[in-house]
Amino acid sequence: MTTANKVKDIPMVHLTINNIPIEVPKGTKIMQAAQTLGIDIPHLCYHEDQRIKAHCRLCAVEVVGKRRLLAACSTEVWEGMEVHTDTQIVRDTQVSILQLMLANHNKDCLSCPRNQNCDLQRLCSRFNIQHSPLPSVLKDEPRIETNPSIVRDPSKCIRCGRCIRACKDVQGIAALTYAGRSSDIVVTTAFNKPMEATDCILCGQCSLVCPTGAIVEKDDTNKVLDALQDPQKHVIVQVAPSVRVALGDAFGMEPGAIVTGQMVTALKLLGFDKVFDTNFGADLTIMEEGAEFLDRLQNGGTLPMMTSCSPGWVNYMEKHFPNCIGHLSSAKSPMSMFGAIAKTYYPENAGIDVKDIVTVSVMPCTAKKFEAARPEMGRNGIPDVDVVLTTRELIKLIKYVGLSFKNLPESEFDNPLGLSTGAGAIFGATGGVMEAALRTVYEKVTGETLEKIEFSEVRGFDGIKEAAIKIKDREIRVCVAHTLQNARRIMEQVKKGTSPYDFIEIMACPGGCIGGGGQPIGTTNAIRKKRMAALYEIDRDLPLRKSHENPEIQTLYREFLGEPLSQRAHELLHTTYHKVAKPYEFN
Amino acid sequence: MSNQIKFLTKNFGQYDTSSIGSYMNIGGFEALRKAVTMDPEKICDRITEVKVRGRGGAEYPLGRKWSQARAVVGENKVVVCNADEGETTTFKDRELIQKDPFNLIEALIIAGYVCGATDGYIYMRAEYACLRPLLLNAIRQAKNYGFLGENILGKGFNFNLHLYSGGGAYVCGEGTALIRSIEGKAGRPRMKPPFIKVSGLFARPTCLNNVESLSIVPHLLVDTDNVYASCGSGESIGTKMISVAGNVNHPGVFEIPFGTTVREIIYNLAGGIQHDRDIQLIQFGGASGKIADASILDTPYTYDDLRNAGVMVGSGGILVIDERTSVIDFLRMNQEFFSEESCGQCTPCREGNLHIKIILDKIANHTATQEDIRIMATIARVMSMSSLCGLGETAQNTLQSAMLTFPEVFEVGGTES
Ligand SMILES: Cc1cc2nc3c(=O)[nH]c(=O)nc-3n(C[C@H](O)[C@H](O)[C@H](O)COP(=O)(O)O)c2cc1C
Ligand code: SF4
Ligand code: SF4
Ligand code: SF4
Ligand code: SF4
Ligand code: FES
Repeated sequence: MTTANKVKDIPMVHLTINNIPIEVPKGTKIMQAAQTLGIDIPHLCYHEDQRIKAHCRLCAVEVVGKRRLLAACSTEVWEGMEVHTDTQIVRDTQVSILQLMLANHNKDCLSCPRNQNCDLQRLCSRFNIQHSPLPSVLKDEPRIETNPSIVRDPSKCIRCGRCIRACKDVQGIAALTYAGRSSDIVVTTAFNKPMEATDCILCGQCSLVCPTGAIVEKDDTNKVLDALQDPQKHVIVQVAPSVRVALGDAFGMEPGAIVTGQMVTALKLLGFDKVFDTNFGADLTIMEEGAEFLDRLQNGGTLPMMTSCSPGWVNYMEKHFPNCIGHLSSAKSPMSMFGAIAKTYYPENAGIDVKDIVTVSVMPCTAKKFEAARPEMGRNGIPDVDVVLTTRELIKLIKYVGLSFKNLPESEFDNPLGLSTGAGAIFGATGGVMEAALRTVYEKVTGETLEKIEFSEVRGFDGIKEAAIKIKDREIRVCVAHTLQNARRIMEQVKKGTSPYDFIEIMACPGGCIGGGGQPIGTTNAIRKKRMAALYEIDRDLPLRKSHENPEIQTLYREFLGEPLSQRAHELLHTTYHKVAKPYEFN
Repeated sequence: MSNQIKFLTKNFGQYDTSSIGSYMNIGGFEALRKAVTMDPEKICDRITEVKVRGRGGAEYPLGRKWSQARAVVGENKVVVCNADEGETTTFKDRELIQKDPFNLIEALIIAGYVCGATDGYIYMRAEYACLRPLLLNAIRQAKNYGFLGENILGKGFNFNLHLYSGGGAYVCGEGTALIRSIEGKAGRPRMKPPFIKVSGLFARPTCLNNVESLSIVPHLLVDTDNVYASCGSGESIGTKMISVAGNVNHPGVFEIPFGTTVREIIYNLAGGIQHDRDIQLIQFGGASGKIADASILDTPYTYDDLRNAGVMVGSGGILVIDERTSVIDFLRMNQEFFSEESCGQCTPCREGNLHIKIILDKIANHTATQEDIRIMATIARVMSMSSLCGLGETAQNTLQSAMLTFPEVFEVGGTES
């Protein structure tokens, strides 16, 4: 292992923690050193994927010879250091800080979206905070629920700054910031505007790192429960590729566990009439997007073409690079393509009135809720997708019906819209769309069978990856980026007209959908990598790994759509974008 | 005025502060001319010899700070002058800037030479805007005379000076907040490391000094008669600028030799208490300082003697409160300051100040319980032990020292309210 080698090069430092001697590599922080002894130093602002902030001060520890306590998250160990994590002053500090937080907190745990999944709640339980003696100083701060994706509840905010870091350092957007000072300090948007009216693109990464219920997904579970109870309705659900490798986290399974079978069973037990697979939509997307790319390539269309399946990314393009929207593929996302088919082809075939169909999608993403609400995504007032649930909301539904998820038997997706290929599966990881597209584009252009179908250059967690693929006599240059921080770098080139690529895949969230803003709380980069590996495992084990080989897709074109990019395909499966004006410009 | 001495203040009123020529006529820039012929390490040694401690409040040895700044490896180092002077009751830096601006400029150039810096920044309190033209003019003239710019005094040393106006918050006087403020960010402190001496302003190695600390150096370099060393004794050598305020007859700024007693300061220099009232308390070092009662009057004003008496030199401010103001009302007023000035980032300081204010109000209203007092003491301790920056660390100094000095104030009825 490389870390073992690394450890050899880095000098070791000797210290004691609670009188237990240990040796750790130089540069280790007290918090991690304690972890190696199994001591969990309490923390709230610290997040393993983020820059250290040292704001909450909950991790204060005593170091012999130091007048003051030191923050374990931000203090590096030194030779001979003597750390104590359990002295009276340390405990007084931990308890006081929690009591101080609670006195300024809307403690309605029982009706809080993060009930039983909240760092603050967990710590108050761990430190047995009962009957805090401090009076409440909470100001009346209403919830802010103005967009389809994200709800903010300032009365739950502990001002840890994690959301700020996620938005600025991961997405490069900085829609959230501290404002004010002293006890008036708040975490808010520029001029306190609703999130959607700022630079925010509703990706939900802030909600994924928030330790409390202060930023959460908009909850639509009741809409689904109502539809399921309505005997008139035929409720179908589609599940995104990345959900099946994330869901297990919430039920005590290993990160990256593949739970497709249990998930399908759970959805059937929940009462959905049909359980379909967004992976089918992903295969369809490849057919259309691949054809569009070839068309642009051969007929002098706008290049580089950029993928359009990540709604956070599409929002970003529309808000931040409106003059470049011609580069976006007109293909809808797999979710919306699926929805369009589920509201046209499917009812025709099944003999159901489209008005009775309710399409629900389970997505790793808060921005998908916004996408579903776009007027372009539907026809005649009938939306492609009626309700979007995030992975987190599905977890809540499964818990609500009391299913013992881990022990559920496995079952299969329903047909015809449940069959998919490995190409669809890998859509959930950064690089997956590109790889899936290349598999199909290569064979379409050359008419030959692609022998080596794994494009390792576009796999992995690097922020920006590139590759050149020889297809017939033409070299196609492709690029893959995830997080908008990285996307910005690519876009600066595109904007200037100096982009060297033909085809670019962008996903807004770190790692792609497997790291989406609607995934289970506790998602970290380490876990993202496990999910990524799981998706490639699913791909590897499938008999069909190229979208155009999906027989149901072939049937769909034969019976209904005609050719990719046909008139009907355009009507149902493609969309348009438009500039979104910002209410202000700082220049 | 037997206790006053003129060392740092000796140029006051002696030259036209708008004219570099006038400054040079009284020996201005001689110290710089001398400095550039010296090994910079020798300059640090000279400062260390007379034990100069930083005058901004933290009392860190200046010679050691400069020597460390020299040793840091890095490009484009900067020296920064902290002229934020945000501490209450403290206005001695203003006097130094106003009455001897060229000495400060000269001091910064010497600091740049010693530390190997290419740029100097003066971060001046927004309220001192009236002094901006004076400093800008001094910088411009120094540049015209070749004391700033390229190849200063033919020694191949380049140094430029920039003036910045403060962000208007007390916390901007804290080193990391000050730097962020100059960088155009909100003036909120950040965690250390990185320490600013390694990565400070614009991520460059940075040496931060108070106005008074800097101002000492030019005088010291040309102090052939060892006037400075002859003042004070022990760990407190030399002279000190102090500002006295409150219920005294002649509030103002005074330069004293270390060792002058508090009584001499209050009754001789500041003219005693108005209407000969009794002293309730004296606060040393501004709002973040500690307080004492009149029993401190015969203590000599030195680092060690004050510390032994339970207070500190700190910013050099001295606030005298007479018998008309109760201890608790004074504490409430002091608390107002921190309740306003906390930056709000870290939990103990943001929330702690809020609750201590509530409990102080309860004490004033006679509704506090023994439990409240206990909680208040715990919060004060937690704040000082665990806050992110020096503001939260010292915000309850006054309260904590009051609890020691005036325990009777905190004796409340039983545990019931
Ligand atoms: C909240 C806070 C405010 C401060 N304000 C000032 C100030 O106004 N002026 C100053 O010189 N130092 C101030 N300091 C101290 C500085 O951080 C720093 O220690 C000092 O400028 C270093 O210079 P010195 O070593 O010459 O004293 C403040 C510190 C804190 C924590
Ligand atoms: S954020 Fe956490 S502590 Fe606060 S109400 Fe919700 S569950 Fe309870
Ligand atoms: S949803 Fe995304 S863009 Fe919006 S504030 Fe959160 S992290 Fe930033
Ligand atoms: S909204 Fe959440 S993540 Fe952001 S500062 Fe508040 S508690 Fe922390
Ligand atoms: S101690 Fe106070 S001023 Fe300093 S960082 Fe914390 S909240 Fe801000
Ligand atoms: S976890 Fe260390 S200060 Fe918040």
